[in-house]
Amino acid sequence: MITASALTKTYKGFAAVDGISFEVAPGESFGLLGPNGAGKSTTMRMVGAVSTRTSGDLAILGLDPDQYGPEIRSQLGVVPQSDNLDMELRVRDNLIVYGRYFGLPRTQVAKRADELLEFAQLADRAKSKVDDLSGGMKRRLTIARALINDPRILLLDEPTTGLDPQARHILWDRLFRLKEQGTTLVLTTHYMDEAEQLCDRLVVVDKGRIMAEGSPAALIREYSSREVLEVRFGSERNEALGEQLAGIGDRVEVLPDRVLIYSSNGEAVLERITELGHEPITSLVRRSSLEDVFLRLTGRTLVE
Amino acid sequence: MSGREVLSDAAWRERALAGGVRPRRYGSWYVAEHRIRSMRSYGQTILATSIGNPLIYLFALGIGLATLVDANLGDDAVQGVSYLVFVAPALLGLAAVMVSAEEFTYPIMLGFKWNPIFFGMNAAPITGGQITNGILISVLARMVPTCVIYFIAMVLFGAVPSALGILMIPVAVLAAMSVGLAIMAYTARIEQDKGQMALIMRFGITPMLLFSGTFFPLGQLPVYLQWIGWISPLWHGTELGRVISYGLAEPAWLTAVHVLYPAAIIVVCWRMSQRVFTARLNK
Repeated sequence: MITASALTKTYKGFAAVDGISFEVAPGESFGLLGPNGAGKSTTMRMVGAVSTRTSGDLAILGLDPDQYGPEIRSQLGVVPQSDNLDMELRVRDNLIVYGRYFGLPRTQVAKRADELLEFAQLADRAKSKVDDLSGGMKRRLTIARALINDPRILLLDEPTTGLDPQARHILWDRLFRLKEQGTTLVLTTHYMDEAEQLCDRLVVVDKGRIMAEGSPAALIREYSSREVLEVRFGSERNEALGEQLAGIGDRVEVLPDRVLIYSSNGEAVLERITELGHEPITSLVRRSSLEDVFLRLTGRTLVE
Repeated sequence: MSGREVLSDAAWRERALAGGVRPRRYGSWYVAEHRIRSMRSYGQTILATSIGNPLIYLFALGIGLATLVDANLGDDAVQGVSYLVFVAPALLGLAAVMVSAEEFTYPIMLGFKWNPIFFGMNAAPITGGQITNGILISVLARMVPTCVIYFIAMVLFGAVPSALGILMIPVAVLAAMSVGLAIMAYTARIEQDKGQMALIMRFGITPMLLFSGTFFPLGQLPVYLQWIGWISPLWHGTELGRVISYGLAEPAWLTAVHVLYPAAIIVVCWRMSQRVFTARLNK
């Protein structure tokens, strides 16, 4: 569905996207995981056929976006990073005018708008002003709008950034349904849990380059251990103790606020530390996550 | 919302190619449809100003000021006609220009920045050029009825001596669209609002309406100020309106300039706006 090869975008000499290659298959749910400024949104705009690439090859549905922008976009649904709903229109009208952009007849758009309002759990807000909706509702409306043309590919740029946990879960549920129906999802996120929930396969992106590629489970297997022990000794002592703990577990990572120890058995490591006479202020054993993969690959955390 | 069928690569391509046909052909109209729908949210204001403005201006200038002028200078006070007849074509042009000044300033900034719906349209199959065209069509959809209402009021006030006067409507629209497109070619470039819109009103629209032979013939001004009129599309529109309305005598070449000059501005600024829109959406 999407083939990118050595895809590059430079702004005044700065490479926002620096030669990335990937493919997305029909029905697949593909993620770009990376921190702010990694080049995720720029990649999404190029895939969305609105931003011209500087070099490299890109084909969406077998077409070159430089030449067939409107044709490609007629098959896409786009959920941008910040909502750009029309604040001057009411909820349902936002869907109607948007549907018209795809050349759909008014009656069909009206019918589809009602179905999508149901899907987005906004049927009772059809006549509301967009301004009166909560952040989560606006996001759902933006997703509903992106589905008005029954798209083959849905592009989601940080779909749940800024939403509260409940709103995020409602949204994930909706996206999961779309995935089940076979819609190809391409999403960017800097939330590892989101990537784990929604993506079949993902690339870890940093500074415009792909650092690793695989399914969430495979990436964790490859770049991290099964479990992680997080211990806090207080910001003054973390670094010193981190050095003393080197050699315990598979790997030790010292962050300003905590020390992470990677191991297949977190509890055992914690016992060991206590035996050595170190008393952490807090300790937590958890499953390894994509956050750890990212830390391992880039030396930095995802959300800074 | 049904499950997706499995399609070959060629079938996907075909589907996309077919999906682009209508948007490519009618995209500008879809944008206009959207903008006109948005205008409904301030439709009452539009209606009130469309009806209220001509009444206010015609009473104040056409009756109030005209009484004073005609009392001193007679019924053929200015250019051989009453002051009301003299000022009417200018007022019509002015009403059209005010629509331009409203629709081509803040709404453009809004669409790019404050409520970036232009990016939303562009994420659908709509191009920057089509957005520009759609805005133009939607402004016409507001401007033409505004002028028609104004014209009817002018007729009722006895400000239109000739039946040909109805041609003042397209003339006013031509002048106002040239002003509007020049504004859009500029406002589409604005990244940060530093009060440029207020400057357009203060140093663009206001001097234009005062020095375009609107309320008195341009010849009354000292020659070093007359250039403001010559470059002002409003002056060209007003003069042409006067030629049509009461047969103002002027050389034929000048009448041709009154048409060609605003038309040229429209063509150039339209192209410029399309380019700016396209470039700005392609981030």
